Amino acid sequence: MKEQNPEVLLRVENLVKHFPIKQGIILMKTIGAVHAVDDVSFNIHKGETLGLVGESGCGKSTTGRTILQLYRPTSGHVYYNDQDLVAMKGEELRKMRRKMQMIFQDPYASLNPRMTVGEIIGEPLMIHKLANRRQMEERVEHLLELVGLSGKFSNRFPHEFSGGQRQRIGVARALALNPDLIICDEPISALDVSIQAQVVNLLEDLQKEFELTYLFIAHDLSMVRHISDRVAVMYLGIIVELASRYDLYHDPLHPYTQALLSAVPIPDPLVEEKRKRVVLVGDVPTPVNPPSGCRFRTRCPIAEEICKELKPEWREVKPDHFVACHLIKEII
Amino acid sequence: MAKPVSLQNKEFGAGGKPISQKGESLWKDSMRRLMRNRAAVIGGSIIVLLLLLAVFADVIAPYPFAEQTLVDQNKLPQWVLSLFPTMEPYAQLSPKYFFGADYVGRDMMSRIIYGTRVSLTVAFIGPIISLIIGVIYGSISGYFGGRLDNLMMRIVDVLYAFPSLLFIILLLAFFRSTFARPAPGTFTYSVSQLDAAMGGLLFIFIGIGLTAWATMARLTRGQVLSVREKEFVEAARTLGANDMRIMFRHILPNVVGPLVVAETLAIPGYISTEAFLSFIGIGVNPPTPSWGSMISDGAQVIRTYPNQAVFPALALAITMFAFNFLGDGLRDALDPRLRGTQ
Repeated sequence: MKEQNPEVLLRVENLVKHFPIKQGIILMKTIGAVHAVDDVSFNIHKGETLGLVGESGCGKSTTGRTILQLYRPTSGHVYYNDQDLVAMKGEELRKMRRKMQMIFQDPYASLNPRMTVGEIIGEPLMIHKLANRRQMEERVEHLLELVGLSGKFSNRFPHEFSGGQRQRIGVARALALNPDLIICDEPISALDVSIQAQVVNLLEDLQKEFELTYLFIAHDLSMVRHISDRVAVMYLGIIVELASRYDLYHDPLHPYTQALLSAVPIPDPLVEEKRKRVVLVGDVPTPVNPPSGCRFRTRCPIAEEICKELKPEWREVKPDHFVACHLIKEII
Repeated sequence: MAKPVSLQNKEFGAGGKPISQKGESLWKDSMRRLMRNRAAVIGGSIIVLLLLLAVFADVIAPYPFAEQTLVDQNKLPQWVLSLFPTMEPYAQLSPKYFFGADYVGRDMMSRIIYGTRVSLTVAFIGPIISLIIGVIYGSISGYFGGRLDNLMMRIVDVLYAFPSLLFIILLLAFFRSTFARPAPGTFTYSVSQLDAAMGGLLFIFIGIGLTAWATMARLTRGQVLSVREKEFVEAARTLGANDMRIMFRHILPNVVGPLVVAETLAIPGYISTEAFLSFIGIGVNPPTPSWGSMISDGAQVIRTYPNQAVFPALALAITMFAFNFLGDGLRDALDPRLRGTQ
């Protein structure tokens, strides 16, 4: 085993999440499984932002939720400060939840429409019995102002706010417990472009102020480039490449990453005209029955015989640049 | 030099509307919409009126419901003459009874007023029983899901496959024969005493309760299933909320709307079930006045004294309409598609 990096906050090891497909009326038989996340490993360092990108349905959100134990993993481990979350249950896990929070994608669905903003933001404090009524009110007001809303809004209901404001309420709720790690599950993809920038700036400011660590899940490559320190690329339940932001965007190694990045439009017509696009053919295979060997081989422009037979190893090709592809050596 | 106008983002909410300090909950909002619905308001007022009638029946009714005045058998009210002046020579009239008197000389109006007690008790106890059983059953089934859910819903299916009215009749026949003449001091004795004290209503409640909860259980399960998957429930779980808290703080407040609507619209069904049972003679015990048994008595003399069937039937119809109007209004007011979670 490799020497542990002392500042690793979260270590994900061989995480697997399969969703069983069941059939039958009373005695349900499992007839298959959706391989949503299949053998994913990565580290998140303290204070950094790890971007997680990939197309819809590749298992980004499932990864985030499995880390938080909202879905219990099929196998694998999630170490938070060297404590295995997968082995935890009940009260122990509940206590750990204070350290890890989540910001959700849809600001309309992630706030209970029957509760006031004050109740929503104060709920984590109530659950963990961290404050009495007066302290809670003060804390809620403070949190609201922290995310750029007026502290007087605590008696209002979510439906009275706009999408960006609701997302700010969601951020305030996530901050209420002073967590170390926040998993942002596409926090901006449901918002207008102008509001996206505001929320991302808010997240960056908060990160600086509270030394937060983010796992930033998104499919907007430019936004991920803006906010992340390192970026992981997912395809059909596996991570194909993980590198620092600079490395990944300037020297993508995996053919899927190359194709993905070449799809990002460049806001300069002259450059846009000249650049070469890698266009993938076909659709993403079904995660119920993923391809043998390398999962990307069915659409890979450079696939060879070996890709069909062997699962590619997760290798550190350059310092801090990991990739899962048989053919990388030849490319370099 | 004009200053540039700056809009402070935090002062404006959804749709650019300024946010005032006091929040308006979805309940308040629904209430306002309900109040704008004229039919629902009329229905609601009729129900309030009927409630007052039932509570103050002793004061309002001119005669006790069981008082027989044999000389006044089948008397028609005086005002009939203004409608049908030709009836004067042979009609048995009496100014004492506004709706006339029945075949043993009991005041129809007093009996109708007392009859609201039976119908309204059924209208309020029916939902309570079916909600208690149905919501507990349905939310357990929907929340925990999996094999348990499957099993619980199959039981409901079996119950559903049985015609509910037939089931109630069977239950009533069974109860009435089992609890006919038990020895004093036993459990069956106290139950039959209680039933007698309620004028035979207890067994009707049990019958309605045992059949009506299945609908509520199904509805609750469906609602819980859909709300359970919402992101705010997941958010609560991330915060460390336990099952009880998620159930009572997050799921149930978001499912009560459809349940209230369904239950209000089911009330006319309960009322008519009771009326039907009394009509065929296995409902309340005489002389307890029930609109159903009064219609049954009146139906036998409907060609000569139509007032004896028409007035209780009217009372029944108005009550059922009122609950239907209110239910419709509630449905429109609470419709989650208009506002809220979007």
